[in-house]
Amino acid sequence: MYKSIVLVKQVPDTANITGKVMKDDGTVNRAMLPAIFNYEDKVALEFALQVKQKYGGKVIAITMGPPRASDILRECLYMGADQVYAISDRKFAGADTLATSYVLSEAIKKIGDYDFIFAGRQAIDGDTAQVGPQTAEKLNIPQITYAEEIIEIKNKKIKIRKKIDGGFEIVQCKLPCLITVLKGAAEPRPFQAKRMMAYKGAKTLTDLEKMAEENSLLYVDKLKHEFETRNLFIPTLTADDLDVDSERCGIKGSPTKVHKVESVVLAGGNQENIPPTKDGIGALIDKLLEDRIF
Amino acid sequence: MHNNEVWVFVEQRNGKPADVSFELLSKGRKLADSMKGSLKAIVIGHNVKNIAEETFKYGANEAVLVDHPDLKLFRTMPYSRIMNDLIKKHAPRIILFGATVYGRDLAPRVASNTKSGLTADCTDLKISDVKYLGKDYPQLLLQIRPAFGGNIVATIITPDVHVQMATVREGVMEMHPYEKPFPVKITEVPYNPIDIDGLLEIIEQHREESKVNLKGAPIIVAGGYGLGSKENFKLLHDLAHVIGGEVAGSRAAVDAGFIAPERQVGQTGVTVRPKLYIAVGISGAIQHRAGMQEAKKIIAINTDPDAPIFGISHYGIVGDAAQVIPMFIETYKNKLK
Repeated sequence: MYKSIVLVKQVPDTANITGKVMKDDGTVNRAMLPAIFNYEDKVALEFALQVKQKYGGKVIAITMGPPRASDILRECLYMGADQVYAISDRKFAGADTLATSYVLSEAIKKIGDYDFIFAGRQAIDGDTAQVGPQTAEKLNIPQITYAEEIIEIKNKKIKIRKKIDGGFEIVQCKLPCLITVLKGAAEPRPFQAKRMMAYKGAKTLTDLEKMAEENSLLYVDKLKHEFETRNLFIPTLTADDLDVDSERCGIKGSPTKVHKVESVVLAGGNQENIPPTKDGIGALIDKLLEDRIF
Repeated sequence: MHNNEVWVFVEQRNGKPADVSFELLSKGRKLADSMKGSLKAIVIGHNVKNIAEETFKYGANEAVLVDHPDLKLFRTMPYSRIMNDLIKKHAPRIILFGATVYGRDLAPRVASNTKSGLTADCTDLKISDVKYLGKDYPQLLLQIRPAFGGNIVATIITPDVHVQMATVREGVMEMHPYEKPFPVKITEVPYNPIDIDGLLEIIEQHREESKVNLKGAPIIVAGGYGLGSKENFKLLHDLAHVIGGEVAGSRAAVDAGFIAPERQVGQTGVTVRPKLYIAVGISGAIQHRAGMQEAKKIIAINTDPDAPIFGISHYGIVGDAAQVIPMFIETYKNKLK
């Protein structure tokens, strides 16, 4: 029996950025971007679910982000997570990877004992691959990054195949440990229809507050009780719940600052157009031969 | 107390130094000079004194050597503990790591422990005085990298922490032997294993010398997502074969499975400076351009006349690769007959 905590993140779909997402001043209009489940985190969840299937245990998914990030927690439930937590507070906003890892590590401590922490190697909005190792350091546990395959778990040790530059390693690590996974490591299972039916109505406190605001007949406390009894309440951990040092959270706790953002201006202008014809290409090849490029 | 030390973590694999570490020493030398500081190489491994000596070729003022049988292979726990202890003792101003698998494993762990700022995959690094939120900060490290799907270039600073860390991909900085090397000064630091270091053991390691040498290739034929399929990439292999080049791809092409990851050119791949770069079906996002814009000549082939790649190319061919490339091959063959 193993208990896994999976770190998941909702990210803007940077692969599908269109011109409209860029504002005239060259900054990104995040509201225009569709938000998606970071794929490698889904693979991490799949790893955790496979561990549970094979050895028994429990899978808990957590995400830090704005209230709408709870969308992906519902998706975790659809895939098979036993329990999910939203970690959300205005104080957490604007966090870089260091401040994020601080809050995540405090949330993990709050959730309690675990054997594994799984996370995607990196998130597509920053590609930094930093949050996993930074969290492991704060928890003072070993880490295995770039995992490709779980070979076996035995005697409180996990054996993993992981990528290194130019090859791979087989490593064995004592539990508990943190593991970041590569996208090819497993195929995330599809949402299960039964679980979708069961959990599509799962709500966070913020969701319930919105419901209560829109309908004067509803009261938040009552709603919360009702959703809890129906196992449809997604708990949110706030700064107060975690008893974190607010100097280490969000923008305040983030050493990296964006000093300048430039939208990309292309130099251009000195390009020669080559017609896609035999003559055009022939002349180009002559020029390259002359310049000793060939 | 502020010192102006620039450190480079010198990565070794089976006792061989990684190119990226020497590239970073060359860059670190320049950064140290521009803030009247010194450059220190940190070498960890077993029987790696020769590597410590080699760092002086690239401008190191001093090398710190931690040599122990247990440190032969990279492992996060002992390596990060060693770095943390050294940093706490000497408080360097800047630390550079290669953005390799090991570097990306180690640097965040160290940054987390020492509460330092860390920026991944920088494409440029500079020293500059900065005014930030009304306050003056002398000689900060500007950490420059494309961000957000490549639509913007961000300059990141870490003004309020002492240690500024960055990772840089291989090939981004250029390796230059230093004209007037400093006398070799190696400081050996002992390593004392503790329990936590042994929690992870390496059972097997398999590594093949990469057969791909994009960095050294004089001609590169690169394809993008625009080629549409792995089959269409065959055209590029044909062209590369005829003109004597290597085949590469953009990240989108790698993600789509058209080409192997070790052939990716760009910010998160390899940076290349060939004599000729032929970009086929590559739109030209900044992350890609960051990895190839210093090519001597660039030919862009794309069906979209508005593709950004045309903005940096010397020759542009608006057309379908399926027609243009066979035409190119045939014409080239005829010319050389």
